[in-house]
Amino acid sequence: MTKQQSKPWPTVALALISVVLAASPGPDAAFASAPQLADAAGNYGITGASRIHFSVAQVGGGGIVGDFGKFSGNFRIDGNNIGRSSVEFTLYPESVETGESRVEDFLKSSAVFDSATYRTVTFRSTSVRQTGPDSAAVEGTLTARGKARKEQFSVKLTDWNSRQISFKIRGSIFRAPYGMDVGTPIYSNVVEFDMNIKGQKR
Amino acid sequence: MLRNGKSNFGWMTIILHWTIAVLILGLIALGFAMRRLSLDPTLQFSLYQWHKSFGFTVLGFAAFRAAWHLFDLKPQPTAGLSPLERRASATTHVLLIVLTLAVPLAGWAVASTSTLNIPSFYFDWFVIPHLPMAKSQAAENFWTSTHAVLAYATLGLVALHALAAVYHHLVRRDEVLARMLTTRSQRRGEHVKGGQAIAKRK
Repeated sequence: MTKQQSKPWPTVALALISVVLAASPGPDAAFASAPQLADAAGNYGITGASRIHFSVAQVGGGGIVGDFGKFSGNFRIDGNNIGRSSVEFTLYPESVETGESRVEDFLKSSAVFDSATYRTVTFRSTSVRQTGPDSAAVEGTLTARGKARKEQFSVKLTDWNSRQISFKIRGSIFRAPYGMDVGTPIYSNVVEFDMNIKGQKR
Repeated sequence: MLRNGKSNFGWMTIILHWTIAVLILGLIALGFAMRRLSLDPTLQFSLYQWHKSFGFTVLGFAAFRAAWHLFDLKPQPTAGLSPLERRASATTHVLLIVLTLAVPLAGWAVASTSTLNIPSFYFDWFVIPHLPMAKSQAAENFWTSTHAVLAYATLGLVALHALAAVYHHLVRRDEVLARMLTTRSQRRGEHVKGGQAIAKRK
């Protein structure tokens, strides 16, 4: 049985980012850590200190977990209208890390990302909707393996100062529509993204 | 009819014999195919999972076959066999029964020790838990080699077993092969006349 076994399933990828900020000033302590919209407004580049983590559950518990080591992107926080903020993000599947080289090779192979043919996975936002004082929902187009689909991520502000801002971003992406359904139903069709995105003001 | 008689095999033994034979030959062919490195990784992953599910099926049949062999009546050897032939055939049969258990068990050990930790999802129906064995690359390699060597040994023994059966059928013209094909009491060298089995004189 295996060497393949060397092979497992997949992941979809993407990521995104976005932004939010809590505009509300107010005395409420919950808002105290959120920056004023005007303070946070600006263009940011996503730094290497960010973390793009993903997981794919498997039957019986556990699953595949990993990170993408190479990515790039930027986002803009609109100081006048958060809804007009935007984000662009590029992920390089070749940089996937899981702690098991056979799993990584499988993820890079034609069974999943086919990174030799499709070198990047991209996300480009189409709308940003504030959902709370420090949270937002970012919708956009995720493109992987040549297929583009609308996806949504939730964004939560976690830290900020005058030069940097950090977000916790989560999203559940179905991988089958991107032609990455290998391994189902042993491995879930859903890839859970849990990302810490750090932006440096430009 | 279902159970063995004094001089013939019952249907249970015959069905188990041929079912296990077909499954084993199919699994060995599948094992060869799925190890081809040039194989499409998606197909390779699927072949491994099919191999595991059919392997567990053989294990179930083989366990039942072993119990049946232990507790059911053992037909007398075909007349005309020398003591050496009887001992050789009995040894071969026991070895084959042991190998049909050992090969899938070794395969189960591969899946259980593999650092890939791929669940054994029996025909996408239910999860068969891993054996309580430590996972490591060394253990996986050891059990992979053991699984392969035992499978090759089984293939060799099956070939010997089949050649002996054909030899008995075509050259010795005795009942060795025929009685694993039917439970009828009259076989080669016999014909039915007037509702009674009458031995044909040479």
